[in-house]
Amino acid sequence: MKHLLAIEQLSREEIESILDRAESFAEVGRRDIKKVPTLRGRTVVTLFYESSTRTSSSFELAAKRLSADLISVKAAGSSVEKGESLKDTVATLSAYDPAAIVIRHPYAGAAQMVAGWTEAAVVNAGDGKHEHPSQALLDVYTLRRRLGSLEGKRIWIVGDVLHSRVARSNLIAFQQMGAEVTLCGPPTLIPRGIEQLGCAVTHALDDLGEADVVYALRMQHERMSDSFVPSLREYAATFQVDSRRLNPRQLLMHPGPVNRGVELSGEAIDSPQSLIAEQVASGLVVRMAILYELLAGGERPSAVGDGDAAPAATPIGQPA
Amino acid sequence: MSTSELLDYRPGAGADLLLRRATVLDPVAGIDAVHDIVIRNGEIAELAAPGDGQADGAEVIEAEGLHAFPAFFDPHVHLRTPGQEHKEDVETGARAAAAGGYCGIIAMANTEPPVSTAADVTALREQARGGAVVPTGFLATVTAGMNGEELTEMVDLREAGALGFSDDGLPIRSARVMRRALQYQRLCGGTIALHEEDPELSGGGAMHEGAVSAALGIGGIPSVSESTMIARDAALAGYEEARIHVQHLSAAESVEVVRAAKAAGVQISAEASPHHLCLTDAEVRSLDPHRFKMNPPLREERDRQALIEGLRDGTVECVATDHAPHQPEEKDVPFEQAAFGVTGLETAFAALHTELVLPGTIGLGLLVERMAGGAAPFGIERPSLAPGSEANVALCDLGAEWTVGEEGYESRSENSWCHGRTLTGRVLVTVAAGQVAFRLRSFSLGVAS
Repeated sequence: MKHLLAIEQLSREEIESILDRAESFAEVGRRDIKKVPTLRGRTVVTLFYESSTRTSSSFELAAKRLSADLISVKAAGSSVEKGESLKDTVATLSAYDPAAIVIRHPYAGAAQMVAGWTEAAVVNAGDGKHEHPSQALLDVYTLRRRLGSLEGKRIWIVGDVLHSRVARSNLIAFQQMGAEVTLCGPPTLIPRGIEQLGCAVTHALDDLGEADVVYALRMQHERMSDSFVPSLREYAATFQVDSRRLNPRQLLMHPGPVNRGVELSGEAIDSPQSLIAEQVASGLVVRMAILYELLAGGERPSAVGDGDAAPAATPIGQPA
Repeated sequence: MSTSELLDYRPGAGADLLLRRATVLDPVAGIDAVHDIVIRNGEIAELAAPGDGQADGAEVIEAEGLHAFPAFFDPHVHLRTPGQEHKEDVETGARAAAAGGYCGIIAMANTEPPVSTAADVTALREQARGGAVVPTGFLATVTAGMNGEELTEMVDLREAGALGFSDDGLPIRSARVMRRALQYQRLCGGTIALHEEDPELSGGGAMHEGAVSAALGIGGIPSVSESTMIARDAALAGYEEARIHVQHLSAAESVEVVRAAKAAGVQISAEASPHHLCLTDAEVRSLDPHRFKMNPPLREERDRQALIEGLRDGTVECVATDHAPHQPEEKDVPFEQAAFGVTGLETAFAALHTELVLPGTIGLGLLVERMAGGAAPFGIERPSLAPGSEANVALCDLGAEWTVGEEGYESRSENSWCHGRTLTGRVLVTVAAGQVAFRLRSFSLGVAS
């Protein structure tokens, strides 16, 4: 695997291999010194054109835990504000010979384009409403730890699917792992034709009880102005996942940040069946596994430069 | 009137050519046989029996095994002049047209600034007379500066030589303004060409709304954003007995609306572009804006089939490229941010021959007819190979395979939707308005004197 651009491009085996790797990093995380020397001397760039808390901080911490040098660029305050194009920004950062560029961008396909412009491995940390593969991997990881296997499990993704890259990546990842996925939301927020991806679509929570896992999506306030829904009040009344609609056997997930009292009730968020905090914790180890897989795992193609071959993978478990 | 009378081009001596043993196909003129085509002083003098044509000092082109068609006519190109000459200008655009076998093109008015005054039209016509190797006509905008609110001085513009009117690039949002333009057309003539799109429905979209856009998370442009506007304007044109031309039809629903309007007697014509006839939105999965981002967007297979059916039954009377040159800076960005538009003049015939004729989807005769069908909607005589006609000839090798872009482009821009594709069928020589406008470099000419 040279890049991580879209869940769509990963086989079930590739997903499982990353998750297995993440398991071993979870073990490292329980030690006093949580750092391994795997990426010592190599550089990871994070390039964020959109605001982010979880994704950017966990990728940055993941790079540091692997002993990489980190350059963290945010569009705000950088040359991007002076009108530098994505291509030129990538060329500039590539001059530092990074081993990986982790990019978040407001438009679909940005990570894929960057992969064509740099020798570095590219990680898509969210491209527009298209994909967010590391989120899908951490969600599958979180579920796998709870359920063992996703095979045959029923997962409902509830809310604003139209504007959600998480919904797209997770739909594909969950299906790839053998789960049956149902998308649920108001007709205005379910993209026309998405059922062709092999999922069920419903516009009511009536049958939510059949779900093993309920994955709620963030409902953004700006959706009201575009007439997607008449009011947050009506949205919450119709689509909020709360303890009344949720049964105790079901697991609850959310990519964050949550709008308390909109897509999820406060008590649902704080209930024992909620995996939301676990998802965040999984984010770190899964992103370590992604960087490891791309930069140190398997056969490294010599794309980074022939004269200076990548250092041999250091066995996990040796603190730096 | 013929292309040379209504359109402008660089004047020169009429060609004297003998195309020996060419397979001549002009379905409208009822010609389908091997002939020696004798061109004297820019006119088709004679279609002689093979081997009987007299050179009389004319240049002789051995055309055995090659096809001669009436040269093509494109009613929809963007020459980016004035204002964006770094993308294209009248001279380079006309060269691209010549390389594609065209003998006439009509340039859109959405330049910077838009072509909204008689002085703009006069200046462009002057440029065409200075450097266009293919007769070029110019539309003026319907509304001043394409503001969608006030009409341009349509009478004045027509007197300056505007062939017709279009705000192409933008729809005319207001039904009131649309209706006024159609009423005013009675005074000044000139077909009104329409980019049909309801921005209320398409706003924010970058590709066709369907399963692919759902999977990619890219905002969709629904088919009904096009068909509902066509329905509105067909109704208005019928009511005002006006003449409209619907540009770049893309959706099955739109073909239906045009078909119904024609059946109801509305004076409406329609065009379809090679990319809509050859490709679907499945291409957008590549997220490549260079080749696959345009407006209207590539739609689904059912839409493509409906357009082909429209070509067959005449609902769509012509192929138009919507040749839209852009520089790399506007395309080397993520799909949603990239400029809309692809070039098409140099590849239109070859692409349609490869994708529609060779697999047997449509006949060669139908393609040849539709490639020149864009003249009549603008009051221009269809190019013909009948003796006595002004010489407008596309000489093609239908067996030639070539990879698009390998040898560069005549156009100043490279955003061809065919870039990198291998096509079968190539234009070797184009005669436009009686003059040789193009010869493929690698095509060796036997010259006799």
